[in-house]
Amino acid sequence: MRNEDEITTIVIHPHFEITTYIEEREKMGKTLVEKIWDAHVVKQQEGFPDMLYIDTHLIHEVTSPQAFDGLRKRGLPVLRPKQTVATADHNVPTLNQHLPIKEELSRYQVDMLTKNCKEFGVELYGLGHPYQGIVHVIGPELGITLPGKTMVCGDSHTSTHGAFGAIAFGIGTSQVEQVFATQCLLLQKPKTMKIEVNGELGKGVGAKDIILYVISKTTAAGGTGYFVEFAGSAIRSLSMEGRMTVCNMSIEMGARGGLIAPDQTTFDYIQGREFAPTGEEWDNAVSYWSTLYSDDNANFDAVLTFDAADIQPMITYGTNPGMGIGVTEIIPTTVSQPDNERPSYQKALDYMGFQDGEQVLNKPVDYVFIGSCTNSRIEDLRQVADFIKGKQKADSVEVWIVPGSKQVEAQAKQEGIDKIFEAAGFQLREPGCSACLGMNEDKIPAGKYCVSTSNRNFEGRQGPNARTMLVSPLTAAAAAITGKVVDVRELI
Amino acid sequence: MKKFEKLTSTVVPLPIENIDTDQIIPARFLKATTRDGFGDNLFRDWRYDSNNQPKSDFVMNNPTYSGKVLVAGKNFGCGSSREHAAWAIQDYGFDVVISSFFADIFKGNALNNGVLPITVPEEFLEKIFAAVFADATAKIEVDLEAQKVIIAATGESFEFEINPYKKSCLINGYDDIDFILSHSDQIQDFEKTRPFSYYS
Repeated sequence: MRNEDEITTIVIHPHFEITTYIEEREKMGKTLVEKIWDAHVVKQQEGFPDMLYIDTHLIHEVTSPQAFDGLRKRGLPVLRPKQTVATADHNVPTLNQHLPIKEELSRYQVDMLTKNCKEFGVELYGLGHPYQGIVHVIGPELGITLPGKTMVCGDSHTSTHGAFGAIAFGIGTSQVEQVFATQCLLLQKPKTMKIEVNGELGKGVGAKDIILYVISKTTAAGGTGYFVEFAGSAIRSLSMEGRMTVCNMSIEMGARGGLIAPDQTTFDYIQGREFAPTGEEWDNAVSYWSTLYSDDNANFDAVLTFDAADIQPMITYGTNPGMGIGVTEIIPTTVSQPDNERPSYQKALDYMGFQDGEQVLNKPVDYVFIGSCTNSRIEDLRQVADFIKGKQKADSVEVWIVPGSKQVEAQAKQEGIDKIFEAAGFQLREPGCSACLGMNEDKIPAGKYCVSTSNRNFEGRQGPNARTMLVSPLTAAAAAITGKVVDVRELI
Repeated sequence: MKKFEKLTSTVVPLPIENIDTDQIIPARFLKATTRDGFGDNLFRDWRYDSNNQPKSDFVMNNPTYSGKVLVAGKNFGCGSSREHAAWAIQDYGFDVVISSFFADIFKGNALNNGVLPITVPEEFLEKIFAAVFADATAKIEVDLEAQKVIIAATGESFEFEINPYKKSCLINGYDDIDFILSHSDQIQDFEKTRPFSYYS
């Protein structure tokens, strides 16, 4: 139990404090992370990192070719090809996917994935396959993502899968090769942080606003070294799609990953999906998954608590995801930043073309991008469609909707959502990572403002000199209709 | 992996916080399928303008500064997990990156490629910047064995932390696969104990 006398305070940011608790681990229960971690340790040795077993390895075309090459050089196979799943997402066009990829290097990289998967016996949901899509969208929708698993992918947003109560995190290509060769990784056990968000969310405020708010408080580095468990009534009330949005962006506060204890909402989402367990296995699975929660007397290295009522629709104004404010708030002043951080802060505002002390509200918008592994699921598209039904996009704005997967796209068409988008002047494209990182031709032109449901507002992320403002799908839809940054609460 | 030797070098100072891997190597340069040649595009959009002309105000285009050590503001390497960032840094010729704080994934990627990330206190980082901005020929010594980073001009030093296993990997040029493969039997034994067929 926490002993209030033993609380120490570490200042991680002048505007915010994390309280940490001195630990007496021996007497303590286990956190959810510890339960899953400990169940996957193959070997533990003093002075060495833990050898952690990986249940599922997701791969894509960009971070895998050098790893396959490494296997060839060593003369090794993929140890467990059945625990490896591939898709093409980062580098694929979102128009005319039935035609050969025009850009030569992209085509080569996607072809290389096909060739590598064939050679090493890995299942590929490539272009043209009904399961193709963003790797972090297809894992959950196919029932590959399950509670209690360890999952990795050469992509930092692998944290998304934590929404199901899995330990899921991004890795580099050397580690992709390690998992190919051994199904294991050498890792230091991470510290654990609990972030509780309690209470009821206000009108027009959703999962994306929660996580942008949390990151604005912790800064983009506040979670580094930690695995974050999200808890509290506001988190519990979220759908699986919402929980995925929250866990997806835990990397943007620097965290190794984020996760949420599984519950009935989780089980209901999984049941019946393509690769989910069935029959007796399902019952056994659910009884095991029901043990996956942090014990009451578990000890976290850090605990943060927020009130859902304090959260309004969020928007970023700078060049890292920690630079976020409520949509009606003003951009913090440069002089309010710590001395040594002022040049970087000012550089960010200059890049965005914003003045400190002004509002982002009513700023004109050139592009709206609704997509990415953060917000491209059917629920996101439904929410946008509900809001814009019968409305028209502003003339000055170009709107791209990029579904997360072929299945999301098909579902949207089945529900008639595609017609609503079309009528509003929104372009519904084909699945892929698209303008989230501008690796294909979906780039925002230099100097233009893009209101985006993606996860990163880094300089040049959406194209050289493009300016990104991160928001929820609802706020993005409102920007598309009005052509400017607005408070969506006034329109619903 | 090449072995990490003791190193004495001038440094390239980059006093900017939260340098993300999209700055280190923008996504549009991730289309290669080998590990080579990423150094040409290291910090591409800070180094070159839209006409591919070098930007004179960027430190890497200033002939005054060069060396095998990159020194940067806190939270270096945040964002995308792309190992291409570590490859670009190495390919350009940096063996060491010093910052007051590294993002987790970048740190691991650097270590897996024989690039040493050294975390120093904010005050020590400021001292390095001060030394370099006072005299661009100021040198930094890095002694991995002793886990020491020294500002040669002033003799001020800091003893940095590194996982002992990773340290021995760097010094001996081993990688993790060599280590894990030497425990293959244990992996198979572990797999036999797993009760959940639905996990595979």
